[in-house]
Amino acid sequence: MAEHHITTPVTDEVIGKLRAGDAIFISGYVYTGRDSAHKKLIDLIEEGKDLPVDLKGQFIYYVGPTPARPGKAIGSAGPTTSYRMDSFAPILHKLGLKGTIGKGTRSEKVKESLIKYKGVYLAAVGGAGALISQSIEEAEVIAYPELGPEAIRKIKVKDFPCIVINDMYGEDLYQDGKRQYQK
Amino acid sequence: MKTINLSEVRDKVKDMVQEANFELQDDVLKVIKDMQAKEESPAGKAVFEQILKNSDIAKKDKLGLCQDTGLAIFFVELGEDVKLNKEDGLGSLKEAFEEGVRIGYKEGYLRKSVVEDPIRRKNTGDNTPVFIHWELEPGDTFKVTFIAKGGGAENMSQVRMFAPAAGKEGLEDFVVEVVDTAGSNPCPPIIVGVGVGGSFEYSALLAKKALLRKPLGSHNPDPFYEDMEKRLLERINNLGIGPQGMGGRCTALAVHVEAFPCHIASMPAAVNIQCHSHRVLKFEL
Repeated sequence: MAEHHITTPVTDEVIGKLRAGDAIFISGYVYTGRDSAHKKLIDLIEEGKDLPVDLKGQFIYYVGPTPARPGKAIGSAGPTTSYRMDSFAPILHKLGLKGTIGKGTRSEKVKESLIKYKGVYLAAVGGAGALISQSIEEAEVIAYPELGPEAIRKIKVKDFPCIVINDMYGEDLYQDGKRQYQK
Repeated sequence: MKTINLSEVRDKVKDMVQEANFELQDDVLKVIKDMQAKEESPAGKAVFEQILKNSDIAKKDKLGLCQDTGLAIFFVELGEDVKLNKEDGLGSLKEAFEEGVRIGYKEGYLRKSVVEDPIRRKNTGDNTPVFIHWELEPGDTFKVTFIAKGGGAENMSQVRMFAPAAGKEGLEDFVVEVVDTAGSNPCPPIIVGVGVGGSFEYSALLAKKALLRKPLGSHNPDPFYEDMEKRLLERINNLGIGPQGMGGRCTALAVHVEAFPCHIASMPAAVNIQCHSHRVLKFEL
């Protein structure tokens, strides 16, 4: 299990080094988005319109944070369950999105899409939103403010801790881990 | 006869929704630490460390333990002899709860996680309506239990109507199947609330009430169900899912089973999954 420090945006070469089970520390800008924001992005794509963000080489963090206290960048900000974004992820991978960050199992279609478009799926620790917020230095709502916690934010992260669940080689940490400890 | 001022209920509710979301209670921390000591997988151990670190930060900085600060769900045991004093602009007991949640979630910088319609999905903006299960009791009791229930674990819960012949084997297989299907999604290590008996809707309510049992990990007083809880915990923790689903010994922190009489033709069963961020508080007036 290797450890990698990466900075966004990333290239295919960087993605190629990340293997299921590796620890990743992300620095740079990451976009947030969850259910409602994804629906809006996909509607724009279907209508042939431009997206409010350029996803090339980027990561989307599935999160709906608590409101920031005065003087803080963000509130509690742990990952939400990823499968709800499964139908959207391959469409965004096709547009150049390199990674998604959440928690929980992805569909076979998403895993195939990671192989096809050279991407990764990372997990942050669910239920550790207060701890994770310490790796977020800035946060700015850049689209859909009316969605409240579900708005798209551009966040600046420093050594944001994740684990690779699915890599571009078809490996799956959830399956491997479970197999190892099953009785 | 006991008289309760609605403003007092509102203020207690306002405080409890915040405290529950900022601090893991001692019984929960104890079970987490006990399980941490037993965990064998390095990834699982790392997850436990982060959970405990998170709990320290949340308490110190008054930050949500989890960003999903939940639906505000209450169980209220209300004595028939209690007189409610409508004052401070509060016209009903329900309004006192609504107002407490509204103020508490705003003041505590907690997330507003309620949409006003399940299909059209516009956020209500103040985490109301609240979800209250009223239980009318004799006497002048006034007991409130609050659970901040996140969506991730709630989504992994299930109800099934069994034929009575399914028996304890059928029930136990169902519980293990629900947990196995949920896998990494509900933020393991989880707490498993099981409700068996009652009716379709009552079994689900029993499963939720099972989650509220204090202290966490204590057993049903009926030895039949105590044994079932122990067997289920062992089977679940042999699944290998582990903390956050990354593989390990601890998939569940506790299994609580609650049973109730039911129809001669039925054996309703419900499994309510709860994440490790188990935010339950009680107060009495």
